[in-house]
Amino acid sequence: MQIDNRLLDKILPGVTMPARYTGGEWNSLVKDWDAVRVRLVLAYPDVYQVGMSNLGLMILYDIVNRQPDFLAERTYAPWVDIETAMREARLPLYSLESRHPLAEFDVLGFTLPYELNFSNVLNMLDLAGLPVLAAERTANWPLVIGGGVGTVNAEPLADFFDAFVIGDGEEVVLEVLDICAQARESGARKPELLRALAGIPSVYVPSLYQVTYHDDGTVAAITPTVPEAKPQIIRRIVTRLPPPPVALIVPYVQAVHDRGMVEIARGCTAGCRFCQAGMVYRPLRERTLPEVLDAVEAIVRRTGYEEVALVSLNSASHPQIEEMVRALTARYNHPPLAISLPSLRIDTFSVRLAALFQGRRKTGLTFAPEAGSQRLRDVINKRVTEKDLLTTAEAAFAAGWQRIKLYFMVGLPTETLDDVVAIVELVHKVQAVGRRYHGRRAQVGVSVATFVPKPHTPFQWSPLVREGDLTARLDLLRRGIRGRGVQLSWHAPQTSLLEAALARGDRRLGRVIYRAWRLGARFDAWPEHYDWEVWRRAFKEEGLDADWYARRERSFSEVLPWEHIENGVSKTFLWDEYQRALRGETSPDCREVCLGCGLAETLGCGGSG
Amino acid sequence: MNQTERYRLRITFAREETIKYISHLDLARAWERALRRAGVPLAYSQGFNPRPKMAFAAALPVGYTSSAEVVDVFLEKSLSPLDLAHRLASVLPSGLRVISIEEVEPGLPALQSQVRAVEYRVSVMWEGERADLEARVAALLAATTLPRERVHKGRRRAYDLRPLVEALRVEAEGADGYRLWMRLGYGSEGTARPEEVLDALGLADVPFSVERTALRV
Repeated sequence: MQIDNRLLDKILPGVTMPARYTGGEWNSLVKDWDAVRVRLVLAYPDVYQVGMSNLGLMILYDIVNRQPDFLAERTYAPWVDIETAMREARLPLYSLESRHPLAEFDVLGFTLPYELNFSNVLNMLDLAGLPVLAAERTANWPLVIGGGVGTVNAEPLADFFDAFVIGDGEEVVLEVLDICAQARESGARKPELLRALAGIPSVYVPSLYQVTYHDDGTVAAITPTVPEAKPQIIRRIVTRLPPPPVALIVPYVQAVHDRGMVEIARGCTAGCRFCQAGMVYRPLRERTLPEVLDAVEAIVRRTGYEEVALVSLNSASHPQIEEMVRALTARYNHPPLAISLPSLRIDTFSVRLAALFQGRRKTGLTFAPEAGSQRLRDVINKRVTEKDLLTTAEAAFAAGWQRIKLYFMVGLPTETLDDVVAIVELVHKVQAVGRRYHGRRAQVGVSVATFVPKPHTPFQWSPLVREGDLTARLDLLRRGIRGRGVQLSWHAPQTSLLEAALARGDRRLGRVIYRAWRLGARFDAWPEHYDWEVWRRAFKEEGLDADWYARRERSFSEVLPWEHIENGVSKTFLWDEYQRALRGETSPDCREVCLGCGLAETLGCGGSG
Repeated sequence: MNQTERYRLRITFAREETIKYISHLDLARAWERALRRAGVPLAYSQGFNPRPKMAFAAALPVGYTSSAEVVDVFLEKSLSPLDLAHRLASVLPSGLRVISIEEVEPGLPALQSQVRAVEYRVSVMWEGERADLEARVAALLAATTLPRERVHKGRRRAYDLRPLVEALRVEAEGADGYRLWMRLGYGSEGTARPEEVLDALGLADVPFSVERTALRV
């Protein structure tokens, strides 16, 4: 039964941005509900404007809806105002396309981009009228499946999901839906269905594994309980990126990134040791110049977007990036098409590139030295020198930019206050360069985030910075970076403890997440809703310690809760990189020389290595 | 007027149920993108961030449908109204429907300054007697003043609603209520909203829906 429009008409006039809940966007598809074998709803555990900027969800929407047997619709986390109204009116969470309640779909596919969305997942299941615990969902359908980068350690969510899909979703999503179609038609019961799903490569069914713990709380073993469940779940990769989606849904409500997107490459060879994406999206796969140009042409024609982003982890390193930008700016000078690159390298090439695509607009350039001192940049393997940064800044100021934004992290492994002092000094050096060109109009924005160690990276064994140390660092920055021409901002340091605990958590944290949600946790990524007190209570009441998860130095021999998730990069390589980091030794870009990360043996690596 | 704004086409369009909750800015962006998909030779503003030259007659509040929206689009190349209609046919999202297109003089004053009254059809889900409703309408129209207050950005301001109600009548009776028709003042002389009229009729808490049916110059 579709949701009655009259019910929506009672609720929507009283909520903020009601068009987030009504769908009907250009390029959204309403397929015939009764003409398909399996119905999937893609769920994003944050608000519409954030979720509509997620390319992964758009890729799956496109692929699934191309199949005559399947349909995919969308749903996003309702903001707190409409949540209250929905609960009062007993209106269940519904899909934007056909406005069916989520409970009427066969599969709920959650994108899991970020630990601080976890409480929203539970809330959305509850708003859908479903038991949040997988064990209590005895009916086959809907099946609740998670995908996205969060699945590289999904253990804290193990209690709530029927299955996770590890890695690139393009192929495996269809394999999962095929199994679901067969199970629906054969009338298989849920235990059989779960075992069948576990048989698909890269599908992880958490309920088919038993986790045991040592007395000290660390994991003793993660053991499959049925033959279909593999001891190691190997991350799926598509060896060649399929054509990108071009009929992108054009939202009415302005999305966070209100533009078209083409993924010009997946994976990254730079080997920054703090970067989870750099480790878990390997190997590097690039789209060719003609593929990208064709995609942009189709996106412009089919969406009407006035801006297209060339997306990758390291866009400026694409071998044909300059030709790409030149071709696009030449082809779309009238009507104008804005080109954006989400990531620039710290070199003069990037400045020349930016001069090409920003033209006269010169809104601002962002560079990420990540750390203030050379020593610490060596530790994190950000192979950039102070001279590189100053030369790059000079090129940018000379080319006419008046504003440069620098991105740093604090709380990096081995960091001392000297390294933080170095951030202040570096900022002032960049400002001095700017003043030579633009006097008092030169601006340096400084954005600081707290480093959170993530699984499947060389720093997965490393503790999160202590609260007191973090405060001292931020105080130092606050005192050192102020006055005319410099602006300091930092990203929510208070959420880093929760993020760090969940990121490297085990299954027992499911109880904490459940309790925190019952206590009212939701939208933890939104400073106005994040409430540590709720989480502190939840940890306490479950007898677990957030600090133990976040701030404990782990040893190599410890079984990590995510060790059965085979990312392809070996544990010994990560450990070796961690030890090199502690010695302050860098490693080269693996495009130049193979570092033996293990990928070539496990998943295959098409790179030069 | 810029030399690139050589042609001006006036599009009258409907905004239907499916997209009635989008804001005026969202609606403007939806038109821009539809016109870009249509490959229409739009005139663009100068500057670092060129925008297509378009002008809407009157912002449409969130939640209203309309069968009388008007937007002028400025073009740098000639395009017949029929040609534009053909091009728009395959690029408009559901809920946006072209009613008519005409070419107008590029030098005419801005649409927004021309509108001085707006007509609405307002459906109210009210179960009272028709005679009662008619009496309330008559009483409102018989009043010489209707002093009211508006709160705008936390500041109260007194105004008189009566002169802004140019016409008001019960148009029809339906299964779950009544349909009112009203013409309300708009623009520099003062603007009234249908909700304010409902409030003055003692129907403040009644569920309602509004369709804008005409802009009067």
